[in-house]
Amino acid sequence: MAHGAGGKAMRDLIEDVFVGSFDNSHLNALEDQARIDLAELQRDGNRIAFTTDGYVVDPIEFLGGNIGALAVNGTVNDLAVSGAIPKYLSCSMILEEGLEVAQLRRIVDSMRAAADAAGVAIVTGDTKVVPKGKGDKIFISTTGIGVIPEGIEISASRVKPGDKVIVNGWVGDHGAAILNARGDLALDVELHTDCQPLHELMQVMLKACPDLHAVRDASRGGVATVVNEFAETSGVAIRLYENAVPVRTEVRGVCEILGLDALYFANEGKLVAVVPAADADAVLAAMQAHPAGKEAAIIGEAYEGVAGRVVVQTGFGGERILDMLVGEQLPRIC
Amino acid sequence: MSHLQYFRLRISGLVQGVGFRPFVWRVAQQLKIAGEVGNDAQGVFINAYCTRATLDQFIDELKREQPPLAHIESVAIEALHEAMEPPINFHITESKKGVVKPGCVPDAATCDACLEELFDSANRRFRYPFINCTHCGPRISILREIPYDRASTSMSVFEQCSNCLTEYQEPTNRRFHAQPNACVECGPRMWVEKSGGEEIVTDDLFAFISSQLRDGKVVALKGLGGFHLVCDATHQDALTSLRQRKNRPAKPFALMVRDTDIAARYVSLEPEAEALLKSPAAPVVLLQSKGEPLPEAIAPGQNQLGLMLPYTPQHHLLLSAFETPLVMTSGNHSGAPQAIKNDVARATLSEIADFFVMHDREIVNRMDDSVLRYHNGRAFAIRLARGYAPFRVSMPEGFAEAPDLIALGAELKSTLCFIQQDQAILSQHLGDLEDAATFDAYEHTHDLYRNLYQHPSQRYVIDLHPQYLSTQFGESKADRAELTHVQHHHAHMAACMAEAGIARTRRDILGLCFDGTGFGVDETLWGAEALYGGYASVSRVGTLVSFPLVGGVQAIREPWRALVGQLHSAGLLAQFKTLPCFEDKPLRVLEHMISKQLNTPLTSSAGRLFDAVAAALGCSADRISYEGQAAIELEAFAQRATADSAPRYSFALSEQDGLYQLSTKPMWEALLQDLCSQRYTAEQIALGFHDSFADAWVELVEQVAARNPIGAVALSGGVMQNRVLADRLSAQLQRKGFSVLEHQTLPANDAGVSVGQAFVAAAQYLEN
Ligand SMILES: [Fe+3]
Ligand SMILES: [Mg+2]
Ligand SMILES: [Zn+2]
Ligand SMILES: [Zn+2]
Repeated sequence: MAHGAGGKAMRDLIEDVFVGSFDNSHLNALEDQARIDLAELQRDGNRIAFTTDGYVVDPIEFLGGNIGALAVNGTVNDLAVSGAIPKYLSCSMILEEGLEVAQLRRIVDSMRAAADAAGVAIVTGDTKVVPKGKGDKIFISTTGIGVIPEGIEISASRVKPGDKVIVNGWVGDHGAAILNARGDLALDVELHTDCQPLHELMQVMLKACPDLHAVRDASRGGVATVVNEFAETSGVAIRLYENAVPVRTEVRGVCEILGLDALYFANEGKLVAVVPAADADAVLAAMQAHPAGKEAAIIGEAYEGVAGRVVVQTGFGGERILDMLVGEQLPRIC
Repeated sequence: MSHLQYFRLRISGLVQGVGFRPFVWRVAQQLKIAGEVGNDAQGVFINAYCTRATLDQFIDELKREQPPLAHIESVAIEALHEAMEPPINFHITESKKGVVKPGCVPDAATCDACLEELFDSANRRFRYPFINCTHCGPRISILREIPYDRASTSMSVFEQCSNCLTEYQEPTNRRFHAQPNACVECGPRMWVEKSGGEEIVTDDLFAFISSQLRDGKVVALKGLGGFHLVCDATHQDALTSLRQRKNRPAKPFALMVRDTDIAARYVSLEPEAEALLKSPAAPVVLLQSKGEPLPEAIAPGQNQLGLMLPYTPQHHLLLSAFETPLVMTSGNHSGAPQAIKNDVARATLSEIADFFVMHDREIVNRMDDSVLRYHNGRAFAIRLARGYAPFRVSMPEGFAEAPDLIALGAELKSTLCFIQQDQAILSQHLGDLEDAATFDAYEHTHDLYRNLYQHPSQRYVIDLHPQYLSTQFGESKADRAELTHVQHHHAHMAACMAEAGIARTRRDILGLCFDGTGFGVDETLWGAEALYGGYASVSRVGTLVSFPLVGGVQAIREPWRALVGQLHSAGLLAQFKTLPCFEDKPLRVLEHMISKQLNTPLTSSAGRLFDAVAAALGCSADRISYEGQAAIELEAFAQRATADSAPRYSFALSEQDGLYQLSTKPMWEALLQDLCSQRYTAEQIALGFHDSFADAWVELVEQVAARNPIGAVALSGGVMQNRVLADRLSAQLQRKGFSVLEHQTLPANDAGVSVGQAFVAAAQYLEN
């Protein structure tokens, strides 16, 4: 694809790749904006959830997914963890000159598939092509709108001492898969991204416990970052049990070799929920009954302690401080 | 001039809460001096009515005799009056509440007088495990806040019986104002529990415990500054199970022996070392093994043993039944701080200890055993805690006007240093901040010392490393304007300078800092640096060629990775992939990590170079189980070689823009050849490497000296604890005419960093 392809060439591209693939009445109208019926939204709840995110990843395709699936599921999940039912997405793409149309098509197809699976429509979009070297193959921004049903109050500030911390499955798969795909690290393992939508799982969890206290998707910065955000925002301490955190043997192996901590690895289909202790088992059971939560586990608890402190209880009973990471992990040992 | 006059003396130093006034009273009685002695906010004052000649004698006696825990820093004659009414006797003036100088003295080992009473069946404290007096016993470990009186300590819950109270109130008594004063009628008690909490009824607790120890049982013993785990050091199975249960496979255990005669059976014991063992601080002293062998499991792979003498009445009562050493290791799981509370000990040590010896005197502040290494006639501090903290560092010339500040130290072996008015106070060693309980103790100690010294400052000094928890703590405490960042190795160097009393204005010091890793101003990890300058600033004039630390922190735990990094940077990896330590190792993955710069920071660390050599020679190449293990084993290897048989290796020295760099490439080429050809033993190669590394730096120092005047070379950083290296370096430098500064009273490791930070920040403040 060539840079600056305005006019006819670009229109053809959009027609061909995007409209052809996304195919919904809003987009097909090819207006400058999608027009959404308010009454339809109001049937599902009393608040709109509205979020945006940019996606850059290297490589853009990897085992189990590509940047397109990430861009849809990431934004769907940012909506979902508020309790919202995701409805509409926008999609803006910046393509670097020279990107294969076939590769672009694969990416767009996965976006479509991901959108279908999440029950959302991509209703507006934009595409620009920049000269070679001014971008990195493809950057995608998606914005999403969802509707939050009445009565749901999920917030990072609602964590209470005694609450249980639950994760919906294997931690660190995506980060490990990307490192493996990127580095050609010669690690003899197959690692798939965990990219998946979480809106259904969230509704299942809400059914088991309408009073979920806090939920966030553990994308960049991983479980460690989300849990730190919870502790800080709520002014509580949180303890994770190292042995309870589900990490695949293969991912453990990658961490061991690279010297990295899976708790900081990015995930694309994992959420961390903080649940009142009394409801924890019910929520856990409901999660485990859903495909996106089969390996769900209680991994920790909030307690009254130093506000903002997160510790990991190790196998030997010691507790190490798990802090919010700024930048790359650097050895602190002298 | 022999007429009587009224002199007013001012005595400063550690002279409060140590039985100083009764001591002055006694000396005055002997010299028939009339007058008074009292405490005030500046220290101790004495009004003495005597002749000038008697006064001089008086001062001499005071300085010579001092009570065990006192330390007179200066005696000044403040004033004299001729026209005052002569007093008739000498008396001790009661101090007014709240007017004593802030501060606290360290805990002290049981004194001889108390010991005699402890074993005197006629004494009312016969076998009372908490006997103490103003010359011994707990101090900071039981103190909550100043002023240091009984109500501020964990003794506040024990009301003194009338006998004790009489002693406490009588100025001439050895227990006058001994805050922890107690007896069996009124004081703390000991008992023994099974693991699980059930108290065991026994009429002789120590006999019971002794027999359990002889049976190979592990006992958790609550002591002065924390819990110990105790077992019979000659009982092989006990050692094995203690190591297993504590998850401490190899880190040496400290031993306690009844007396120095027993000590001398196992180690080489010179009189200075004996004196150190017997000092009121009663530290663990690392001594060269010699004589009767003890099980290897006590200190695997080492040529030295860590010994201490009993320092509490409990210890004396327990050890009196043992002719052989007991293991006395800190009561914790590997990595955690030692337990100080009964309930925490029950919760955390129940899987390790078979029995718990408890007492009901609360330990308020954790005090680990202090550790010093005695080597060739000198003692080197390694860890300063019980018996030393609060540790006063004398202010070098030029710091009299230093601002009040708090230096927060590094990350491992963390300590705090407070500069206040005319003094610098170093806290006890606290440990690795990543451990949550240690971090709590760190915060607690920060608050405690601020209270003890009534420290007013909001000025904090922190390391450059953005991820140190101490850095983050500083950032949470102070605004940017009141924070000073100090580069890690500059702090190491400044600590060494301060210990040597180097004046603030000196700019001609060359610091050789050999270390693990510290955050450098160029954001790489430094660790073998020559820094030239002084307190306020330095420039980097020498370093090792940096190399990849493959896997970051994992490369510190796994020495073979350090070897991969070294060989990669020397271009020798391809050639030596078949080294035994690389067997079954994912070398291809590591090569990819290096080329992709994936979690592979660059470092010039001396510690990692020593790890690499250790790995090549087969010392804990796969993984270490305690910090510095591989390098410590490498040093032990070198010590076993004979000096004239060692090979020599060369390093390549180059210079660019005033920065000298040592490349290890030629050293590796020769060393690996020696290793593969088996021309030399691993011991000989180890020694050859130590000597050659030292010599290469001496050459570097000479090159620097050709361009810049060097007043002294300061040796600091954790790697300088390696005596084979430091001795060679120091000797060779001195042979070339350099004056050398070495750490002795302060640790060369990161426990000294807070002191260096404090003086760097103070100098920068004073010079800006
Ligand atoms: Fe250091
Ligand atoms: Mg987001
Ligand atoms: Zn005593
Ligand atoms: Zn009494």
